[in-house]
Amino acid sequence: WIRFILIQNRAGKTRLAKWYMQFDDDEKQKLIEEVHAVVTVRDAKHTNFVEFRNFKIIYRRYAGLYFCICVDVTDNNLAYLEGIHNFVEVLNEYFHNVCELDLVFNFYKVYTVVDEMFLAGEIRETSQTKVLKQLLMLQSLE
Amino acid sequence: MPAVSKGDGMRGLAVFISDIRNCKSKEAEIKRINKELANIRSKFKGDKALDGYSKKKYVCKLLFIFLLGHDIDFGHMEAVNLLSSNKYTEKQIGYLFISVLVNSNSELIRLINNAIKNDLSSRNPTFMCLALHCIANVGSREMAEAFASEIPRILVAGDTMDSVKQSAALCLLRLYKTSPDLVLMGEWTSRVVHLLNDQHMGVVTAAISLITCLSQKNPDEFKTCVSLAVSRLSRIVSSASTDLQDYTYYFVPAPWLSCKLLRLLQCYPPPEDGAVKGRLVECLETILNKAQEPPKSKKVQHSNAKNAILFEAISLIIHYDSEPNLLVRACNQLGQFLQHRETNLRYLALESMCTLASSEFSHEAVKTHIETVINALKTERDVSVRQRAADLLYAMCDRSNAKQIVAEMLSYLETADYSIREEMVLKVAILAEKYAVDYSWYVDTILNLIRIAGDYVSEEVWYRVIQIVINRDDVQGYAAKTVFEALQAPACHENMVKVGGYILGEFGNLIAGDPRSSPLVQFNLLHSKFHLCSVPTRALLLSAYIKFINLFPETKATIQEVLRCDSQIRNSDVELQQRAVEYLKLSSIASTDVLATVLEEMPPFPERESSILAKLKKKKGPGAVSVPDLEDGKREGGELNGGGERGPDSAAMSASNASTPSPSADLLGMRSAAPMSAAPTSAGSLLVDVFSEAGPAAPSAAVNDDGFLSSAPPSEDPATLLSEADELLNKFVCKNNGVLFENQLLQIGIKSEYRQNLGRMYLFYGNKTSVQFASFTTTVSCPGELQSHILSILRATKPVEPVVEGGAQIQQVLNIECLTDFSEAPLLNIKFRYGGALQNLSLKLPVTINKFFQPTEMTSHDFFQRWKQLSQPQQEAQKIFKANHSMDTEVLKAKLLGLGTALLDDVDPNPENYVCAGVIQTKGQQVGCLLRLEPNGQAQMYRLTLRCSKDSVSLRLCELLAQQF
Repeated sequence: WIRFILIQNRAGKTRLAKWYMQFDDDEKQKLIEEVHAVVTVRDAKHTNFVEFRNFKIIYRRYAGLYFCICVDVTDNNLAYLEGIHNFVEVLNEYFHNVCELDLVFNFYKVYTVVDEMFLAGEIRETSQTKVLKQLLMLQSLE
Repeated sequence: MPAVSKGDGMRGLAVFISDIRNCKSKEAEIKRINKELANIRSKFKGDKALDGYSKKKYVCKLLFIFLLGHDIDFGHMEAVNLLSSNKYTEKQIGYLFISVLVNSNSELIRLINNAIKNDLSSRNPTFMCLALHCIANVGSREMAEAFASEIPRILVAGDTMDSVKQSAALCLLRLYKTSPDLVLMGEWTSRVVHLLNDQHMGVVTAAISLITCLSQKNPDEFKTCVSLAVSRLSRIVSSASTDLQDYTYYFVPAPWLSCKLLRLLQCYPPPEDGAVKGRLVECLETILNKAQEPPKSKKVQHSNAKNAILFEAISLIIHYDSEPNLLVRACNQLGQFLQHRETNLRYLALESMCTLASSEFSHEAVKTHIETVINALKTERDVSVRQRAADLLYAMCDRSNAKQIVAEMLSYLETADYSIREEMVLKVAILAEKYAVDYSWYVDTILNLIRIAGDYVSEEVWYRVIQIVINRDDVQGYAAKTVFEALQAPACHENMVKVGGYILGEFGNLIAGDPRSSPLVQFNLLHSKFHLCSVPTRALLLSAYIKFINLFPETKATIQEVLRCDSQIRNSDVELQQRAVEYLKLSSIASTDVLATVLEEMPPFPERESSILAKLKKKKGPGAVSVPDLEDGKREGGELNGGGERGPDSAAMSASNASTPSPSADLLGMRSAAPMSAAPTSAGSLLVDVFSEAGPAAPSAAVNDDGFLSSAPPSEDPATLLSEADELLNKFVCKNNGVLFENQLLQIGIKSEYRQNLGRMYLFYGNKTSVQFASFTTTVSCPGELQSHILSILRATKPVEPVVEGGAQIQQVLNIECLTDFSEAPLLNIKFRYGGALQNLSLKLPVTINKFFQPTEMTSHDFFQRWKQLSQPQQEAQKIFKANHSMDTEVLKAKLLGLGTALLDDVDPNPENYVCAGVIQTKGQQVGCLLRLEPNGQAQMYRLTLRCSKDSVSLRLCELLAQQF
């Protein structure tokens, strides 16, 4: 199961941090820095997986943003890799060609998108149609 | 579809975020934030009640500030207020704030739980989901207490909306993970399992995670899920690529759900029902077939989704390990991936093949790919892929290909990445040993290892080669010759010198016939390396030299010359100096016979699991082996080297020298590598069980009490000594050696060593007077209700001499076994006659529960995870106390290490604090202990917290340790 989801830019600025396990604030900061360090040194010819402490990071780079998911070593790499892509496609649709700034200004909505798709460290919903329908319904609420 | 415009909804928030982004410096940003905080604070404090919109906006700004990394110490109440708004956007911000800034403020938790309760019963699906997401995100025990019984009801109720069911299932999973005792499925089990049949695939996707987790814990109760999962999987696998509409991802039907179903099945053995099994095998075959079909899309998403299912299916096939046909097909499929242009696939294929290699059905099939894998090891760009290739080579190695694989790994080592060298070295060493047909090949391989990657050859590896050479006389001559040749190299690694010193010291005689390797040539060769070596190696070489004197009397003069020179005999290192002095003396006063006995060839080592294998398991982390194995590994690593302590045989050389245990690796010390219980074989017949003689009922009655003594009035009051002895006890909590007791007559020195649940204590009784002590007897007992059979067995290897001459010292050895945890210390009673008067004293022996600690290294993550697991109130013991001793870091560290635990760096976020971990070994059980010591330098205080898997241990350790700092 997922321990955390991080979205970071190349400079290491965090655009989303979602934790599914208890960490204290210092520990979170350390994890964020470590993930940035291991992920940014890798190039396109490398795998999208990297061992990380007793876990592994499944990550994918979209333009200047790294989407990283930390899971157990026995978890299915490709399923989570496509889980990231599915999530990115939803963001892209929802924000209409999503860019980094959308995530900054609408940070509180990004959390809603995450909660629709991932909950308690598990995949909650995979249908883009269903997720977007729900998000648009929520958008229409006051 | 309409998109979200930038920062819509809250203009003020967007402006604020823009301002922050425009700040040119960190200072400017902090200034802007402080201004905003002041503004928000005044709004919250103002007399005018804020409307919901403003409240939402300000709370959201606070959240943004927090996420930038600043502390937020207000606004919680306003956030809680938002929870009871009936507007979605306000409620959402309130919940988000609570979820991100969880605070265990009990006042607030009550209010939050109240709001959640209202939303759960609101029958508004949107609000219900918000509340469930909040519980799932926070997952605190208080929430579990409040809602664990309510959520299953929501999950299975007929009228619950699908989206709410999805959230309820995962919310329950979260609560089950944090507080399994509070989540009682009982009556709901069957209905939850039947969610696998739900029409809504999203509900199945969410519910299956819950079911998988519950199945792992209670497989029997949930076993009906197997047939349901198989039929669901079958329906998905056989559906066309468009049948599932919303749940088709790049032409692959429900990839994530398929993976989860296949994973659930891995919680169980193959289905017993033939029909179910047949259907499942059909599914697996279909999945394998699809991998061969031409792709429906060129997009990587298509192949990834398809292969995600394929890899999960292969995992299941490997898990069953019962279908040879499927196993071989899986292997062939992976074989194709080994040459795929996608790095991800090559990596995953190597990883997956590694597990296939261990199945008897597919081992041979895996072996056919050896060339490809070797090629991967040489050419892959990504080090993690090369690492997998090395793993796979290791896994596929057997007698038929060992020479090839070891040769390839050795040649790879010359250029291997630093990050994987140590592990590679271990693997080569293990394979070389395991598949050695002739041991000369083994010796060559290990010496090559040292030559190529000497820095990465850990102690275990070179200990092991020595162990094997000592145990196999057919290879000793070859080893001596080879190592002699290796040492000729102008620059050779220090590990080579160690092996060389050891082997020539033992078996140099086997090659001494050749004038090119005559004794003096051997000695000069070794000694030419001496000055470039570290202290432990020099110590080892000195021992090799004394062995040379025994092997080759003709070298005696030369070696004595070397030992005698100032740089040896006056060396500033106490260990080297002592060896030089003692060896010199030994060589000059001992007769040839004595010399030959003391310096006899090493006896064979008892066979046991390779310590290198244990080390590799350890490196591979706790996932690979269970903790007791790890502990074993550590112990053997130490024992291999004679426990690191100089054994009893060397007492011959330093008979009166009781106070300097040698911590370093040692030729002579290897003698004591025999297991502790068997150690005093020569004195075996003298074993005396103190209790069997004295009986537990009257433990303090002396063993050979002759009646006359017991009637004489004791000249010293044992009671006063006892209280004093309590302080003495404290003195020895963190150390094992020293003076236990001293008065005008008697000095008692103590030296002890512990391993696992066993200990050995050497007591030295020194008569300080010039008059003989007569009728000297000692008795050891375990006091009070702590009977020997539940506490610890103390057993003197033999009774002490009844007479201690004036100025003399006698020694007594006690063997100790810890049966279960204890708090009282055993008592030592000593009686003797000095002049006409009977002396009677009782002391507490410094045997404390911490002596049976095995250190446990762990990462910060593991530490805190275990810390949390030990969260029941009685498992914790805490003390806050004033510092009695220096608070100097080094002093504290030394004490904590002396305690026997591992001192863990970089675990506590506060570098001032110390955390330690260890396992107390008793005969019956192992007690895991975690310790945290928080010094407060200003107040000269400490806070000490212990958490152990056994309550009584926490308490006892806390008591003991509070006296130490």
